[in-house]
Amino acid sequence: MIVYILKRLAVAIPTLLVLIIVSYMLMHFAPGNPFSSERAVSPEIMKNLDAKYGLNLPLWEQIVHYLWQVVAHFDFGPSFVYKDRTVNDIIAQGFPVTLTYGFLSFIAAVAVGVGLGITSAIRRNSWLDYCAVGLSIGAQVLPNFVMAPILVLIFTLGLHWLPGGGWSFHDPRFWILPVIALSTSYMASITRITRSSMLDVLGSNHIRTARAKGLPNRKVILRHALKPALVPVVSYLGPAFVSMITGSVIVDVYFSTGGIGKSFVDSALNRDYAVMMGVTILLGTLTILFNLVVDILYAWIDPKIRY
Amino acid sequence: MVFDETKMNSLADATSQPDVAGRSLWADARRRFFRNKAALLGLGLLIFVVCFAIFGNYIAAWNNSDIDYNVMGDASLSGPSLSNGHYFGVDDLGRDLFARTVQGTQISLLVGIIGSAIAVIVGTVYGAIAGYFGGRVDGVMMRIVDILLAIPYMFVLILLLVMYGRSIGMLFVGVGLISWLEMSRIVRGQTLTLKNRDYVEAARAIGVPPLTIIRRHILPNLVGVVVVFATLLVPLMILTESFISFLGLGVQEPQTSLGALISEGAGTMNYGTLWQLAFPLFFFIITLFGFYFVGDGLRDALDPKER
Repeated sequence: MIVYILKRLAVAIPTLLVLIIVSYMLMHFAPGNPFSSERAVSPEIMKNLDAKYGLNLPLWEQIVHYLWQVVAHFDFGPSFVYKDRTVNDIIAQGFPVTLTYGFLSFIAAVAVGVGLGITSAIRRNSWLDYCAVGLSIGAQVLPNFVMAPILVLIFTLGLHWLPGGGWSFHDPRFWILPVIALSTSYMASITRITRSSMLDVLGSNHIRTARAKGLPNRKVILRHALKPALVPVVSYLGPAFVSMITGSVIVDVYFSTGGIGKSFVDSALNRDYAVMMGVTILLGTLTILFNLVVDILYAWIDPKIRY
Repeated sequence: MVFDETKMNSLADATSQPDVAGRSLWADARRRFFRNKAALLGLGLLIFVVCFAIFGNYIAAWNNSDIDYNVMGDASLSGPSLSNGHYFGVDDLGRDLFARTVQGTQISLLVGIIGSAIAVIVGTVYGAIAGYFGGRVDGVMMRIVDILLAIPYMFVLILLLVMYGRSIGMLFVGVGLISWLEMSRIVRGQTLTLKNRDYVEAARAIGVPPLTIIRRHILPNLVGVVVVFATLLVPLMILTESFISFLGLGVQEPQTSLGALISEGAGTMNYGTLWQLAFPLFFFIITLFGFYFVGDGLRDALDPKER
């Protein structure tokens, strides 16, 4: 098991390095300069600016320096646009918000998805099953940027139940719409995957044996069917997490939750490369770490995996 | 990007089976496809959308860039109406929404199809080479794919677009850069099984060079998997593009896409101009439905086991 974890780490660490180096190179070779604006800046000032942000050094030195700062000090450097704020400040401001509703959405998607999938597999061809299948097909074409306006239309403009934007850590009413918008399509996917794998498992021999020896239905499902049925669900969690992180950008922009995605889009529009790279690297690291956890979980839940 | 891997593998197995005497694989598949009602519905929707994109401009009474000052800025006048020629109403700048939707559908379809085409070309060649040569070449090539897949591509794509100019051309490049990864994995898996076939061995025995074997004997047998996968990839590319355009980072004015139109519609729906959201959304959803249904139908048709 330890060898397996080490092997996974051996993939994860180069991935992270590639991500940092590639994004730095992208920035370096981009036409123009973070400081080029409509107002002409004299070459001397430009030189000073470059020197201040370390952009006058040779490329490899810049990359090594940046890498060292990021890896050893978690320091993404100063923002290129806001003179009084570092990238760390900007991230520290938005990240807790994104983390909060992201976590809630993830839990909601997994809990509801698995629950609904299992129930609809057990009661195959009941009205509940049909509803679950219908919903999961519908949600496939309702990505978060379509869900968000529709939700606001219904719950804010139509029924006046929930606020259509903003964020407060103390008032859960602000959390509901972002969480629904972000989690629905993954909920649907998880429901579909759980349902079909549960149906597979319920048809297998060891379930028939368990039933034959007279185990109560509840025990058959919980003790014998659940674990093997969850294997494909676990393997879907990695990709789901990645797309949820991506989707959080939409939520941040549309619901003005003040999360990290909004900083990303703003910095993209301002050409604030330092912030863009900081956010990309942070979320990339999160993704890679999460995939590591999923891989380990996978090896633990599925005895067929060899390591 | 998430695909049901077991289904794709099962499909790969089915299309690599040697043909049985009698009906060919393709004739059989065609028969099954046309018996599948969901797939036929999807095909119908797709034909409708494509006709709309190609011939819509001949029906439109207005040009997609002309501003109708008579109805601009008045929500009660700018709604859908047959009498003034704005079948879908006008957008918030007074441009004809019918013509804009035609334009947006064209761009979205184009992005989807070109992204998918790049995936077909690059992914197939890459995967076939990795799979055919095997060993260390395969290890290195697939490790590269693993690393690239672990990167949150949406952020890198936005980075690319912002730094190198937000043009449609750049969008194609960006979408193409990521779309081939999954394709190469699936093609490689398929190639691994194909290369041990007798006819490949026979070709090798009479001294056919490796690249000719790949071109003449491996690639033709990959067509089934590649076609299905490419069809399922188109809606994902459209989703990706719409996501970016929704954030305002993709296609720029005066060009538009369905994502950009949905974004505009979502921004103005407070004023009661619901048609600005509804029409682009309708075309967006039926396009996605069409591609998903046709893709699923093709997969089921080519792989009778999986039902």
